[in-house]
Amino acid sequence: MTTELLPTPVSTVDAGPGPRAASTGRVRGLVCRNCRRPAPLALAYVCEACFGPLEIDYDLDGISIDRSTIAARPPGIWRYLELLPVDAPPARGLAVGSTPLVAADRIGARLGIERLWVKDDTRNPSLSFKDRAVAVAAARAPSLGIDTLACASTGNLAGATAAGAAAAGLPAFVFVPASIEPAKIDHALAYGATVVPIDGTYDDVNRLCIEVADELGWGFVNVNLRPFYAEGSKTLAFEIAEGLGWRTPDVIVAPIASGAMFAKLAKGLRELVQVGLIEPRPVRFVGGQPAGCAPVATAWSTETEVEPVRAPDTIVHSLAIGSPADGRYALEVARSSGGSIEAIDDLATAQGIRDLAALEGIYAEPAGGVTLAAAAAARRRGVIRLGDEVVVLVTGNGLKAPDARSFGLETRPAEPDRPGLAPVIPPSFSAFERWLQR
Amino acid sequence: MTAVRIPPVLRASTAGLKHLQLEGATVREVIDRLVTVYPATAGQLHGPDGELNRFVNVFVNGTDVRHLQALDTPVTDRDEVVLLPAMAGG
Repeated sequence: MTTELLPTPVSTVDAGPGPRAASTGRVRGLVCRNCRRPAPLALAYVCEACFGPLEIDYDLDGISIDRSTIAARPPGIWRYLELLPVDAPPARGLAVGSTPLVAADRIGARLGIERLWVKDDTRNPSLSFKDRAVAVAAARAPSLGIDTLACASTGNLAGATAAGAAAAGLPAFVFVPASIEPAKIDHALAYGATVVPIDGTYDDVNRLCIEVADELGWGFVNVNLRPFYAEGSKTLAFEIAEGLGWRTPDVIVAPIASGAMFAKLAKGLRELVQVGLIEPRPVRFVGGQPAGCAPVATAWSTETEVEPVRAPDTIVHSLAIGSPADGRYALEVARSSGGSIEAIDDLATAQGIRDLAALEGIYAEPAGGVTLAAAAAARRRGVIRLGDEVVVLVTGNGLKAPDARSFGLETRPAEPDRPGLAPVIPPSFSAFERWLQR
Repeated sequence: MTAVRIPPVLRASTAGLKHLQLEGATVREVIDRLVTVYPATAGQLHGPDGELNRFVNVFVNGTDVRHLQALDTPVTDRDEVVLLPAMAGG
């Protein structure tokens, strides 16, 4: 792989702490998503001219990749290396990606969707899609002088950052709202991370982490490493297209928290078209947010701009971002594609979790319930039409939020006499038979 | 005078200073004062329409001013104003 020297920085302002990284031939550097001003490839995330977010600037015309080359590579996100801001797959790292695209006929029949697929991203190493983004950030971090990984998390990213750092041999600090599910805190602790619970909302945690990142120069995957991190979510789109035989579905349904992944799905498909891996074809993008924290869904339904939600109130902690930085980009993707963004109440979310598990054998965290319910809502609204092929993204595992599936039911998971749970019986066949014939 | 924390992306325009004390009875007046004292910040903080750039988030004592009275939020010498890039997301 060839490398080249950095272009001359266009600004006289220092781009941030740490060294600048050598850019690959296919990555020109960073560029502002707002004003398109270029910036050097560095530990930087904010445009010095307009405060807008920076993203990777690829030379897509110079990228040569074909289907057979990808097919010959091992499973995982590095199959799509040419479209990621990393020079080479890291020597140490988790086996992320190439998760199943499951034909979900039974739940499709319930939703009135004939051709329904579930992208089962509960199957990643730390049980959520966040492993994709962390893998890219962690692979890039050493060349940026990063020796500690950190994140602001609603829970899934905590586990992903902790696991990714452990695999890479780096220490990790994860900052979370103190109110998130205990299972998610335990999960991050298990990988040896230091967990910092904050008495506040996710947005409070995020604000603190921006200040810590700015002052200490730690590598916060979703703050100062964000241009690299966010690119990892594109691999969901790549895998969907490859899984369908290098074509796109009619509709993709995904959860929205910050809106970053939702926008990157669309970007990923655009890039596949630009490098010639798929034919251009319209795809409608449907998003789901919990009704108790739905700033993007509200903006979509009221045809306004995204206004922040101060006090999220939902069981869906992983989507409880009141001030979504990429909300405006997610909104644009839904609007321009003819999609929708649905606000889902917690009862429908819990029902979605139960349906996914009972009908398809996929145990989702609440965001998966939101997404399934969003597909149902978009079908009722007519955004999903009869005969459409639809891919629903299930992005996290239910074991991270085990109480959610019984939300709204009279019995809780740990209580006796709940549906499906037998009483404790002696270890004899006759006792079992008596219970079976009760 | 209100304490104002300056993010790294603005410091090249504030002679490298991280902390400033600025006059003003509201957030808007404090930011106007910042731009007056350090004119190079104007292009970063304000859009072409003269309004505060949509990618700049302003916090008073840790609370996003969009949850208060926006730029009309009153401030005193006991308050801290923090300017940060709009960047949130897991």
